[in-house]
Amino acid sequence: MAVIVGGITTSHIPAIGNAIARGQQDEPYWKSFFTGYPPVREWLDIHKPDVAIVIYNDHGLNFFLDKMPTFAIGAALEYHNADEGWGLPVMAPYAGDAALSWHIIEQMVDDEFDITSCQEILVDHGFTVPMQLLWPDRGPDMPRVIPVSANTVQHPIPTLKRCLDFGKSLGRAIASYPENIKVVVLGTGGLSHQLDGERAGYINKEFDRMCMEKIVSDPEALTSISRHELIRQAGSQGSEFIMWMMMRGALSERVNVVHQNYSIPISNTGAGTMILENTQ
Amino acid sequence: MPDSLDHHADIPGTTLFDGRMAMKGYALNKMCFSFNNASAREEYKSDPEAYFDKYGLNDEQKTACRGKNVLAMIAAGGNVYYLAKFAGIYGLNMQDIGAQQTGMSVEQFKEKLQRAGD
Repeated sequence: MAVIVGGITTSHIPAIGNAIARGQQDEPYWKSFFTGYPPVREWLDIHKPDVAIVIYNDHGLNFFLDKMPTFAIGAALEYHNADEGWGLPVMAPYAGDAALSWHIIEQMVDDEFDITSCQEILVDHGFTVPMQLLWPDRGPDMPRVIPVSANTVQHPIPTLKRCLDFGKSLGRAIASYPENIKVVVLGTGGLSHQLDGERAGYINKEFDRMCMEKIVSDPEALTSISRHELIRQAGSQGSEFIMWMMMRGALSERVNVVHQNYSIPISNTGAGTMILENTQ
Repeated sequence: MPDSLDHHADIPGTTLFDGRMAMKGYALNKMCFSFNNASAREEYKSDPEAYFDKYGLNDEQKTACRGKNVLAMIAAGGNVYYLAKFAGIYGLNMQDIGAQQTGMSVEQFKEKLQRAGD
């Protein structure tokens, strides 16, 4: 049967991809962020997951306001990125695991989660930046990937409770897959930031720290945070924390924190990197 | 429109992009979404006014775009994720946009971010 080895949280902002492209990892500004990643790659080297479920939010590359799914799951043989309007490098496609995708979709819809299945979905920096951080050389251990996108573009966005419940359902779906594979679940984005409005540049270190603590010890407590309160405390785009909730739900009730790092500011954000290992 | 669709909360300096704003800004955001394609960016650059009309922008949206005024684009229904593609055409990154919206120089805005870590 399939086993979830753990979850990883990571920022996914485009500035990270630019810093990698320019080789700025050791510069003073970036060092405290990038030093958080060798332990993650070492952990991945030990566990060698066969599949990575990558939970991110589309930032206006694949989905437009004409049709905006709350939860979308990739069900393709491979996934392509695009230049996103900024001339970002177009990479070789990432291999998918369509059989597992469809198993998850079948199980989650049966579990009363209404999923948008995507046989074609362009993946943006929310997906590719974590790939660059975790598997920079895309060697033989590069896992197959399944992108999962949550709506953070347009309100109403899903509640924190719904996102945690989504993760629980995702976890059950993976655990019922008959193949003997190892799966890692990535919760990407965040932490606090706001790009738009007179409040642009807002970051909340205290709230980020609280989220990083509670996501481990008591994720249920975080479900009492309303969406408005999340925006108030974490900033407009701090809503990306919902993807952390989705990741966390897929893990066991108790998890071990193998590693964590918090770096502020990284571009306009507080950036949290964590490895949460399943205890079951 | 029923009040239940209004997701605006009283958060200073913040416009929640909800159904109302998504309807208001549809044409503007659709134009910005088109900039995912390089050919669309070239077409825009060759004649911005014609491109505004192609997507049916209203006068408020056109004026905001002409001035590259991000706060005005948001007020006209723009969503920051799509607007980022408009900004990219002019080589503006998120810190340039942040500085413009807060009335700071880019250096001042970066210092503000830096202070958040103290």
